[in-house]
Amino acid sequence: MRQDTKMPAETEEFAGSIASPASAVGAGASVSIRDLGHSYGELTTIARLDLELPAHGVLGLVGPSGCGKSTVLELIAGLQEPSRGEVEVAGAAGAPERLAHCALMPQRDLLLPWLSAIDNAALALRNRGVRRSEARDRAARLFERFGLAGFERARPSELSGGMRQRVAFLRTLIAGKPVLALDEPFASLDAITRAEMQQWLATTLSADPRTAILVSHDVEEALYLCDSVVVLSSRPARTITRLSSPAPRAADRDEAVTDPAFVTVREHAMQALRGGSE
Amino acid sequence: MRRWLLPTLFLAILIGAWQLAASSGALADLLNLESFVVASPLEIAESLWQSRSLLAENAWVTLKEVLIGYGCALVAGVSFAIAMHLSETVRLTFQPLIIASQTIPIVVLAPILVIGFGFGIGPILVIIGLVCFFPITVNTLDGLSSVDPEAIKMMRTLDASRGQILRRVEIPSASPYFFSGAKIAVAIAVIGAVLGELAAPDSGLGALIFRDMNQLETARAFAAVAILSAMAILLYAILALAERRIVTWR
Repeated sequence: MRQDTKMPAETEEFAGSIASPASAVGAGASVSIRDLGHSYGELTTIARLDLELPAHGVLGLVGPSGCGKSTVLELIAGLQEPSRGEVEVAGAAGAPERLAHCALMPQRDLLLPWLSAIDNAALALRNRGVRRSEARDRAARLFERFGLAGFERARPSELSGGMRQRVAFLRTLIAGKPVLALDEPFASLDAITRAEMQQWLATTLSADPRTAILVSHDVEEALYLCDSVVVLSSRPARTITRLSSPAPRAADRDEAVTDPAFVTVREHAMQALRGGSE
Repeated sequence: MRRWLLPTLFLAILIGAWQLAASSGALADLLNLESFVVASPLEIAESLWQSRSLLAENAWVTLKEVLIGYGCALVAGVSFAIAMHLSETVRLTFQPLIIASQTIPIVVLAPILVIGFGFGIGPILVIIGLVCFFPITVNTLDGLSSVDPEAIKMMRTLDASRGQILRRVEIPSASPYFFSGAKIAVAIAVIGAVLGELAAPDSGLGALIFRDMNQLETARAFAAVAILSAMAILLYAILALAERRIVTWR
């Protein structure tokens, strides 16, 4: 089923790159969606969607609740086949190929409560047959960089919300996939932790660039983290507008989101969002 | 402390009341029986001590039957649950049959099995297996299918094969359910052993109870019942301990 024969090699490379951030970055992959339509039985969730995302691009998808944003991620990640149209990741259209190229970070952290933080983070390595001790060694190197040092053996229930989310993100990164599908990763956090995590994710993505699709209901979050943001209508989803985030953005989150250019784009996005949900 | 104190205290009060009612003849009057048929707790304790080697011998026979029968039911129940979880064909084929197996009255089945398998351990193991299989299979199957579908999607994007999803996600999340089924089954296993022994009274505590009741050796029959209860409680406690050691995340 899976066509991931070259994945272990990429993972080695990734493990090296992340241990010394200055070295070369893993392969990128582009995402292309053409004339996408999707329905569950009678219910049409996606009316029509066209998207082009270059390798290492970061795209935000914002839209009202229940508009099918998460479905778009699942279609990209190869967890579902679209009812109509084409989804290509790194030029490959088959679901198993898409699955081999994408890692999904779900809305809830979904850490497995019977595994320690480090074993949760190392799941992808274990799934590829890496020995437990080696998988832990490789994950442990990232724990410090992610502000998780000392919590390797903690159970998920012993971690704070922000830490759990970081372990979940680490688990997604360690998979070494060129495309990250992030489904409202910070929705369950309180406002302060969320702002911290947004800044942290921005830093992480600039140190280790990947192609990323971020689903969010928070326009500010999407514009701060992404190069461009697509505003979707309420169900059945279609594109209302695609906005570019002001570039360059300040490294500091609070500074970036209060910049006048940023505020203007945010207002445009909000207007589009309001127009689309009426 | 309270965990042991409260049930012990309650049991002591119950036994004390029983002792009073039995020795004063009130219980015999109430049950409309001759007073020598009604055993008091003291007489039971006395018989427990006097017939200790006979009781131990038969208890060992019953314990062996329970352990073997229950062990087979555990292996078969878990294997069946996994097979039914992985294959819809297997599930659709066997689900109605498994439910139907629970409607067979064991009391009727036991003598038929004795005719088929002859006296000895065979029919007893079949009965224990039959009564234990159901709670283990049904609970484990429920547990396997209770997994968050989002967790399975997450594992798929982390390159997990079907077997790895089963091993790393589904089996651990099913384990608390499995233990509920296993704990129910262990108490039923003891009843199953006794029912089997009643149909083919050869040896074992059930057979002993059968003979003693016919010979009006009521005290020894009750002593055997007390041992059966102790056996069920002990096995249950072992399972509860195993659950605490394994299911550490709840």
